[in-house]
Amino acid sequence: MGELTEKIREKKREWEKECLEPWLSKCEREVKNFETLSGIEISNVYDPFDIEHLDFLRDIGYPGEFPFTRGVYPTMYRGRLWTMRLFSGFGTAEDTNRRWKMLLEEGETGLSTAFDFPTLMGLDSDDPLADGEVGKCGVAIDTLKDFEILFDGIPLNKVSTSFTINPPAGIILAMYTAIGDMQKVPRDKVRGTIQNDMFKEFHAQNTIVLPPEPSLKIIVDIFEWGIKNVPKFNLISISGYHIREAGSTAVQELAFTIADGMAYVEAAMERGIDIDKLAPQLSFFFNAHNDFFEEIAKFRASRRMWAKIMKDYGAKDPRSWWMKFHVQTAGCSLTAQQPLNNIVRVTIQALAAVLGGCQSLHTNSFDEAWALPSEEAVRVALRTQQLIAYESGVANVVDPLGGSYYVEWLTDKIERLAWKYIERIREMGNGSMVKGVLKGIENGFFVREISDSAARYQREIEEGSRIIVGVNKFRIEEDLKIPLLKVDPEVQRRQIERLRRVKKERDNKVLKENLEWIRSCCENNENVMPAVFEAVKSYASVGEIMGTFKQVYGTYRKPIII
Amino acid sequence: MKIRVLVAKVGLDGHDRGAKVLARFLRDAGFEVIYTGLHRTPQEVARAAVDEDVDVVGVSLLSGAHIPLVPRIIQYIREYGGNPDEMLIVVGGTIPHDDFPKLRDAGVDGIFIPGTPISEIIKFIKEKLPEKKKGGK
Repeated sequence: MGELTEKIREKKREWEKECLEPWLSKCEREVKNFETLSGIEISNVYDPFDIEHLDFLRDIGYPGEFPFTRGVYPTMYRGRLWTMRLFSGFGTAEDTNRRWKMLLEEGETGLSTAFDFPTLMGLDSDDPLADGEVGKCGVAIDTLKDFEILFDGIPLNKVSTSFTINPPAGIILAMYTAIGDMQKVPRDKVRGTIQNDMFKEFHAQNTIVLPPEPSLKIIVDIFEWGIKNVPKFNLISISGYHIREAGSTAVQELAFTIADGMAYVEAAMERGIDIDKLAPQLSFFFNAHNDFFEEIAKFRASRRMWAKIMKDYGAKDPRSWWMKFHVQTAGCSLTAQQPLNNIVRVTIQALAAVLGGCQSLHTNSFDEAWALPSEEAVRVALRTQQLIAYESGVANVVDPLGGSYYVEWLTDKIERLAWKYIERIREMGNGSMVKGVLKGIENGFFVREISDSAARYQREIEEGSRIIVGVNKFRIEEDLKIPLLKVDPEVQRRQIERLRRVKKERDNKVLKENLEWIRSCCENNENVMPAVFEAVKSYASVGEIMGTFKQVYGTYRKPIII
Repeated sequence: MKIRVLVAKVGLDGHDRGAKVLARFLRDAGFEVIYTGLHRTPQEVARAAVDEDVDVVGVSLLSGAHIPLVPRIIQYIREYGGNPDEMLIVVGGTIPHDDFPKLRDAGVDGIFIPGTPISEIIKFIKEKLPEKKKGGK
C-alpha cells in the first residue's frame, strides 16, 4: 500500500506541474472560484488523498449496517422501489378524492395530502380569517365528515397517506385513525405520516398557532398516544424541506433538521418514552435542490449522523438507528419563465434523491410557479419518477456513488459542517438540545441564519454570478399563458354549508363534554390525545379543538426579523 | 425624501422568503421599508398603509388567495381615508395569468411573478411612482 501511495503521490505532483498547469491559464470560463450551491469551496478533481482520513468500514461500510451511509436497507430499491407520493389536494374533499384516484390509477404508490391554509392554521372554513382561502391551496377539512369523503373508496390497509400538517396534526391523526376503524382495518395496518414538526414552523414555514412550549408538549402527547394506538404510523416528519425553501444552505438544512430531531427525542425521553419504541415511528423530510452531488452527499451524511446520534442516546435496536426520509424536489427552484425547463430541473433533483437513497419522493409539477398543478403537469411529474425507476437503471445498484472520491469527500465535509452548528445549538441550551432549539427560536438564531443565506443567494442572482436558466440568462419573449388548474370559486360556500349541517346534526351535548375533556387535559398537563380522538369522533371541528387549545395556551406571533 | 414602501404579507400564507428578501434589498437600495410581518388581514395592511403614509404598497402572496384579498386591501385604503390612486400598488407571488386583468381592474399597478429580479422591481417603482403621483392629483 505504502509503495502504491508514494507512486500516486509522485504522479500527482507530475500531473499538476506538467499536465494541469498549462491548461489552467487557458480556462475560458468567467468562474474562477468553484463552489457548491451552498458555498462549499471545491477542487478541480478528487483523488484518494482527499478521503485518506476516512475508514471504509467505520464511515462507509455496507448498506443496511451501521452507520447506514449507503442506505438503511441492504437491498434498497432492488427489494422495493421508493414510494412515489405526490403532495396533492385542492377544493373540497370530493375534488381531492377524484385527483387521488386518478394518481393511484396512473401508478402512484402512496398518498400525500395538501391542506388549505385555514385547515393548516386550525381554523374552520366559516372563520372570518378563512374568507377567500378555503380550498385554495389545498383541501378544506373541518370535521371527520370531510375525511369520510376524502377516503371514500380508498382502503387504508392498501395505501399509506402522508399529512403535511402541524399545529392540528394530532386532530388529523385522530381522524385518520377513526377512518381506519370505520373501514375495520387493524390498527397495525394503518400506515402513514403526520408532519407534526413545529420547530421548523418557527424556523421557517410559519404555520404557527400555539407558543413553542405547549406545541412541543402536544407533539410528545402524540408520540405517547401513537406508539400505543397506531404502531406503524410515522408520528412526525422532521423536516428540513421548508428550512431550505426559506433560503438556507444544504448544511443549515441538515444541521437544523437533525438538531430539531435530537430535541424531539430528548423531549420524549424526558417524558419517559422508550427510545426504541419511538424510533421506528420517526421519519424525516428533505429538500432536493439543484446542486446534484451536494444533495446526494447531504442525504448520505444525514443517515450517518442520525445513526450515531441514536446509538449515543442509547437506542439498542439497530432499526432505531435508521434515518428514513421523504424527499421533495425544490419548489423554490421552479421558474415561472419557460416553465417546461422545470421538468428538467425536477428530473435532476429527483435523480439526486434516488441516488441519495430516499424512501419516498415527491416530484414537483412544471407549472407550480404559477398555480397548483394541472392534471397534465402532475402526470409528467409522476412519469419522471417512473422513468428514473424503470428506464434509467440507477435503481439497480445500491449507493452507486459510494466510493467516489468527490462524493465521499463532500459527504464528510457536509457532516463536519453540520456538527459545528449542532454543537452551537447544544451550547445555547447548556447541553440540552430541547433548550438549545427553544433558545434559538426565542432569540431569532434560526430565522437570522436562514434569512442571511436567502439574501446571499438572491444577491448572487442579481449580480449574475449565479445563473438561473431562463431567468437571468437565456431569456426569451414568450407567451406565458399555459393551461392552469382552476379551483371552483363555489368551494367556500359549499364547504361552509357542509360544516353547518354537520354542526346541526351531531350530538352537541357529547361534543361539549369532549371539548371540556380536552380543556381539562390541557389545564392539568395530561395527554390530550385520548380526548382529541373522542372529540373528533363526535364531529368536533378542527377549529373547535384548536380553539380549546388556544384558550388554555394562548397564541404566538413570531418576532419580525428581516 | 426617501420613497416609503410597505411590504405586506396578507392572509394565512406563511411563505415570507420573497417578502423579506425584497424588504432587505429595497432598504439597501435606499428606500424606507416597513414590513408588516405575517398573517395580516386586508384591514391591517390598509391601516398600516394609511397610517405610515406610504408611497408604495407591495403585497406578497403564494397562497392563491390574491383574489379577493388584494382588491380588499385597496378598498380599505380608500375607506380609511388613503388615496390608492396616488400610491403604487404592486403584487408578487404565484399569480396565474388569468387573474392579471382582475387585479389590474382592482387598481394593481404591477404584478411580479416568481423569478423576477429585484432590480426590475426597483426600476418599476422609480419609473412608475412619479407618473402615479401626478395622475392621482
